[in-house]
Amino acid sequence: MTDERDATADGPAGPDEPDGTDRHGVTPADGGDGTRADGGTTTATATAAEPGRLDGVDGYRVALYLVLLGLVSFYLAPIESGLVTSFKTGTAVAETAPFAPPGVDGFTLEKWRLAIDALIVGMGNSVLYAVPATVLSAFLGSTAAYGLTISDWADRYKVPVLALFVAGIFIPYQAVLVPLTQFWSNWVSVESLLSFVWALGISNDYAGIVELIVTHVAYGIPICTILFRSYYKNISEEMVESARLDGASLRRVYRRIVLPLSTPMFAVVLIYQFTQIWNDLLFTLVLVATESSPAAPVVLILAGLGTSLEGQDFALRMAGAFFAALPTLAVYVAFGEEFAEGVAT
Amino acid sequence: MRSGEGRSSAELLADGGVVDEADRETPTGGTVDRLTTAIDRQFGSDFLESSPFWLPPFLLMALFVYGAILWNLLISLTDYEGFAAAPNYGDLDFEMYVRAATDPTVVDAAINTFLLIVGFTGATLVVGLVVAILIDRGIRFENTFRTIYLLPMSLSFVVTAQFWLWMYNFNNGVVNIALGTVGLGPFDWIGNSSIVLWAVVFALMWQFSGYAMVVYLAGLRAIPTEHYEAAKVDGASTFRMYWRVIVPQLKGATISAAVVLMVFALKAFDFLYSLVSGYRPPNGADILATKMVREAYSNQNWAYGAAIAIVLFVLALSVIGPYLYYQYRRDNL
Repeated sequence: MTDERDATADGPAGPDEPDGTDRHGVTPADGGDGTRADGGTTTATATAAEPGRLDGVDGYRVALYLVLLGLVSFYLAPIESGLVTSFKTGTAVAETAPFAPPGVDGFTLEKWRLAIDALIVGMGNSVLYAVPATVLSAFLGSTAAYGLTISDWADRYKVPVLALFVAGIFIPYQAVLVPLTQFWSNWVSVESLLSFVWALGISNDYAGIVELIVTHVAYGIPICTILFRSYYKNISEEMVESARLDGASLRRVYRRIVLPLSTPMFAVVLIYQFTQIWNDLLFTLVLVATESSPAAPVVLILAGLGTSLEGQDFALRMAGAFFAALPTLAVYVAFGEEFAEGVAT
Repeated sequence: MRSGEGRSSAELLADGGVVDEADRETPTGGTVDRLTTAIDRQFGSDFLESSPFWLPPFLLMALFVYGAILWNLLISLTDYEGFAAAPNYGDLDFEMYVRAATDPTVVDAAINTFLLIVGFTGATLVVGLVVAILIDRGIRFENTFRTIYLLPMSLSFVVTAQFWLWMYNFNNGVVNIALGTVGLGPFDWIGNSSIVLWAVVFALMWQFSGYAMVVYLAGLRAIPTEHYEAAKVDGASTFRMYWRVIVPQLKGATISAAVVLMVFALKAFDFLYSLVSGYRPPNGADILATKMVREAYSNQNWAYGAAIAIVLFVLALSVIGPYLYYQYRRDNL
């Protein structure tokens, strides 16, 4: 990560720092003061010059870091509590504090084993639709953004098309659910179109996976288009223009200039889309029959995991939640910067 | 030619080129060429050539989004229910809307939806802004803090619902234990219908305040440092500086974050479904999104569900419409 840069930039009393430890100059302006570079003694002088002020600043910094650490525990508490609970036996769950580690005799991997058994097939099913849907919607978003941003046609026609794309991001999916069910059951029956696949012995519930791919691509296009558009707006116009003057077609400009330049944005969009599609429950609920179906995605199984007439098995639920979240957590840990860029745009 | 006298020679040349081309094509080329030229004149020179890039995604999106909404509107006017394969489109009326308006559970769900959206959006924006300001104070390990605060957003509603169900557990949940140390509670967060909605708001705030933080942080970084310095020179306290000088400049960030958060609030269906592993959310936490899905997919009242969905859509539109216009006015579309 880039912590290194921050650490050096914000180093206390760093000699190369013109405006003190605070970016916005909360500390008294001592910029360019060469004497500060020799540390301790000058600090003493500064304290003498402005009594109490530096103490106050130190106290302020300590309080700031305490608040930030408090926030860390706020954001991690549910996750930490879930993680320790997932390793506990039934008695340990009832008898130990929810945030305390299980201890030696309360420790078990049994719940993880059960959760993995229950979810592993669902995990594969999720990959089956999440990966193709992510790649397709990112690619289509890229071409759409290219056609609407870099190519030159009248704005008065472009703007309504763009407005429809942007509005498409925000519509509540409930407003399309019933027609979606109608469309996939009465109009385009994947089940009968792919009958040769089911003849191979694959459960025809997997028709739901194909439907999920198309559905997620269609509803993912607006956000992907807008993400790519915000990026393409900043591509140098001269470069595209000169290529066009040299007689390059739009296709050629896309393949030779725009697509290679889009690589960083593809990372952002792919990560964002993958997380969204993997995490979505609503479409899986509507398009894949039930959680007991062989084609059930992992979120659908997880939503019903650990509930029974005897009560809720929290340790199992926590283990399942972590297992189901592993792919998105891995993506987040590896590409946190890209994820942040994706959500912020 | 006379009209061209005032122009620069370069423009004259460019213009002349187009006229030449058109002149050349009209006699030799067929109707297709003439049509192409006419379309290019009307829509701009790249319109036809660029259409293979944007038109297929646009059509796919338009079919599934706008086609489906219109279709949904049509279904909401029928009496479609039960296990029939398709609605009867011959008999259209507003019966379902009358039924929704007089159904106390729908009215309750609408009120809850409103409270959830307002409470969640407001709380998340405030927390996000405060966290963003703290992060922006020139701290060390900024990226580490930011990564941790944004982490919950990468998780599925299904996953966070499991975590919070455990957090809110009556006997052994972290929330009741933490409140117990200061002599409060225990509260039955999920079972008590008058507080469950706010428990849900809090959990969603936990999940998405990191998002508000990221948006505000980008907004804060865009403000020139001189503004901070000017306020300092005027002798304003830190709090006053933020309240009077900085926060007003974050209007744009606030508006876009608020719109996105409202959409997340409408998606709270996933969270509520996972809390109870079923279509009926805890008493007191039923929102239009859950009510709609329950009516359609659990009770097979398809037309009724479609009507509730239209109400939800209009609600969303009343937020998106002004937002789109605002973005268009700022040339941000």
